[in-house]
Amino acid sequence: MSGLRILVPIKRVIDYAVKPRVNRAQTAVETANVKHSMNPFDELSIEEAVRLRERKVPVSEIVAFSAGPPKSQDILRTAMAMGADRGIHVVVEDKDPQLEPLGVAKLLKKVVDEQKSNLVILGKQSIDDDAAQTGQMLAGLLNWPQATQASKVQVEGETVTVTKEVDGGVETVRAKLPMIITTDLRLNEPRYASLPNIMKAKKKPLEKKTLKDYELDAAPRLKTIKVTEPPPRKGGVKVEDVDGMISKLKELGAL
Amino acid sequence: MATSSRFVASLRRTALSPRASPCIKRIRPVTQVRWTGSTSATSEPHQPDAKGTVKGGPAPAKAVKFTSEMYPEIQRNSKFTNLSEEHVKYFKDMLGSESAVVESFSKDASEDIEPYNSDWMRKYRGHAKLVLKPATTEEVSRILKYCNDNMLAVVPQGGNTGLVGGSVPVFDEIVINLQRMDKIRSFDEVSGILVADAGVILEVADNFLAEKKHIFPLDLGAKGSCQIGGNVATNAGGLRLLRYGSLHGNVLGIEAVLPDGTVIDDLLELRKNNTGYDIKQLFIGGEGTIGIITGISILCPQRSPAVNVAYFGLESFEHAQKAFRAAKNQLSEILSAFEMMDGRTQKLLNKATGKKLPLEGEHPFYCLIETSGSNTDHDSEKLQNFLENVMETEIVSDGVVAQDQTQMGELWSCREGVSEALGHWGGVYKYDLSLPIADMYDLVNDVRDRLTEVGLVGDDDSHPVVDAVGYGHMGDANLHLNVPVRRYDKEVEKQLEPYVYEWVQKKNGSISAEHGLGITKKPYIGYSRSDTMIKLMKQIKNLYDPNGIMNPYKYI
Ligand SMILES: Cc1cc2nc3c(=O)[nH]c(=O)nc-3n(C[C@H](O)[C@H](O)[C@H](O)COP(=O)(O)OP(=O)(O)OC[C@H]3O[C@@H](n4cnc5c(N)ncnc54)[C@H](O)[C@@H]3O)c2cc1C
Repeated sequence: MSGLRILVPIKRVIDYAVKPRVNRAQTAVETANVKHSMNPFDELSIEEAVRLRERKVPVSEIVAFSAGPPKSQDILRTAMAMGADRGIHVVVEDKDPQLEPLGVAKLLKKVVDEQKSNLVILGKQSIDDDAAQTGQMLAGLLNWPQATQASKVQVEGETVTVTKEVDGGVETVRAKLPMIITTDLRLNEPRYASLPNIMKAKKKPLEKKTLKDYELDAAPRLKTIKVTEPPPRKGGVKVEDVDGMISKLKELGAL
Repeated sequence: MATSSRFVASLRRTALSPRASPCIKRIRPVTQVRWTGSTSATSEPHQPDAKGTVKGGPAPAKAVKFTSEMYPEIQRNSKFTNLSEEHVKYFKDMLGSESAVVESFSKDASEDIEPYNSDWMRKYRGHAKLVLKPATTEEVSRILKYCNDNMLAVVPQGGNTGLVGGSVPVFDEIVINLQRMDKIRSFDEVSGILVADAGVILEVADNFLAEKKHIFPLDLGAKGSCQIGGNVATNAGGLRLLRYGSLHGNVLGIEAVLPDGTVIDDLLELRKNNTGYDIKQLFIGGEGTIGIITGISILCPQRSPAVNVAYFGLESFEHAQKAFRAAKNQLSEILSAFEMMDGRTQKLLNKATGKKLPLEGEHPFYCLIETSGSNTDHDSEKLQNFLENVMETEIVSDGVVAQDQTQMGELWSCREGVSEALGHWGGVYKYDLSLPIADMYDLVNDVRDRLTEVGLVGDDDSHPVVDAVGYGHMGDANLHLNVPVRRYDKEVEKQLEPYVYEWVQKKNGSISAEHGLGITKKPYIGYSRSDTMIKLMKQIKNLYDPNGIMNPYKYI
């Protein structure tokens, strides 16, 4: 085998430190003028791909892929500054119907075929819709083995060993390439994009495509009825002293 | 959307704690004190709101030596009355509620009082037996009038994060702590004017403003603990002075109480007002020596939606200056901070906290720049061009750019964490100086050489000095010369003072750029101010505080 051909799909989402707000019409979340960044789980995926190469696992190529608005270019450049070799951007305008996990998975299948990828590293979920389905669906469509919620990845020849985070502990699984891995928080600590690498990333190839190029019917199957914010936290009250606290707790029925 | 994973914040924090935690504290709207438990923190602030014992800090507050023992030349002024049970009873009756009075008079409450007695640097410690926490301006007025009538000395206290020993008593002065005056009174979204009680914590005020897309025109490392009244009383400068200017310009009005109980109600919300002497300016930077600030009105700018942060490694201080010039030139109106840290500072930060530094390898100097603007595309383009330029011309040797808010917070913590980290070994001699930028760093080298020559610097416990380092608000020509030590030591102090002050005087600098005078700098004001100026200042002090009860033994 000539080496790993890694595909890393990444998504542009509202920065995770930003508190999202629902629009007035309650149909979606406000995105205009809101800081966007790469989905944090996807940062871990890129980092892991780059680390595999740094650990001298034979990696012939790391391709970062994103389907999303024109600005997704920024996160693709970031991915390349972190170490991806090139990028593919399927432009989905904000006004176009948005992709659902199944649509993305179908698209990714075509990309995998086109790019002859043999390892796909995805985030276990994206923090905007929290669907946590794409990796699994892609594995299904490709009929490849999958290891979800990875906290450690080891590659030896054709064999990949993944430590997964499961409730209350870890589980270690092993499979042969090609395969799908989804990443979890403990996997690694993503690096900063350094200045020299940001410069280099500007010169790396970034291919622009459309859904049409992949002849994909990605019409949404779900309709969003309503989006609401969680109920606001009720303000606390201050009590003067211990007696005050006890009577307050009694009043609230906590005692 | 909503989403558990968006609030993976907490999860991520446990998962990646070295990377994620400080920034989350920084950016997310939290109100807890920022440094609580964030590092090993031997310099854990003596937070008054830490009920009873001082949290976190390994060495108990008791280990801080009494100011009166360390500086025996300062004598208690016998004109002040000794506190009696009668006084305490008076205050208890007046303030009513239990939480408003802490006293170790009728009972042993020294544990409870300790946090109010010792300062953030663990350098100064007073003997106060009474702490009062008024909740209204009216109460402040009644307290001060009574103290003035009875010749009881007082110390106004905010978040007790001041760095010149101004916020703690020397002898038995009564501490008047403003923490219960914590209400935001009003905010006008059109003018951007905030009116609030003096005891509102800076970070709380800023989070409130963030909700309204505005920003407090001051930011500093102690934001989770310091109070806006304390900020005004010290005329704090901080991280964004470069952009938003000084409090002398942004504070539009003040409500304050004079020692005789007079309430000065000058809470104007006017940008322009040329009607006579601008008395409020005396309270800005007055350090509690002429009255207690109870409320402020302040002009708050629109918060910039597009913020970028970059962190560089540089070959020399020369290069840092070149980078500053390039930043001013090419980033111009979007440049909102330019901070400098020498390599030693960053190394000590890493040693004290275990924090991994953003750049591989070591560099003699580091700079952090921040841009804030209204248009992401415009800013990014400018920043990209700037970055390309400084890389190509080899002004900077290496650098990173934050790709998201988490990384921004991380990069900022390399600067903001310094103050606390340097306290890790036991103490820090701190000098906060205004100097011509070109000469700024020479002082650090000179001081290090001087301390090294006499054998005070070393790696083990037999040497009091850990190192002499420099960092600061380069954009404002403001150097923080810090000498982290294993213990406060007269020998070290003798080498440093008046040497540092003489050095600064020769360059026509200021011996206190932003931290103020307090007790530390009081004897040295003559290095930066003429006799005439000092005389005028004394006249003002005597005019407003004829009995001298306000924060005695300090300032001038
Ligand atoms: C980690 C750290 C970083 C810092 N960074 C900066 C910085 O970048 N720039 C800078 O300028 N400073 C900085 N400081 C010092 C700064 O002066 C204080 O943090 C802050 O401004 C003081 O606010 P405070 O509420 O803690 O006041 P305190 O420390 O409680 O009091 C400071 C002085 O003001 C007086 N005072 C307090 N409240 C009132 C009031 N309501 N009325 C009248 N007098 C009052 C006190 O008597 C005392 O003299 C830093 C401090 C720390 C610990």
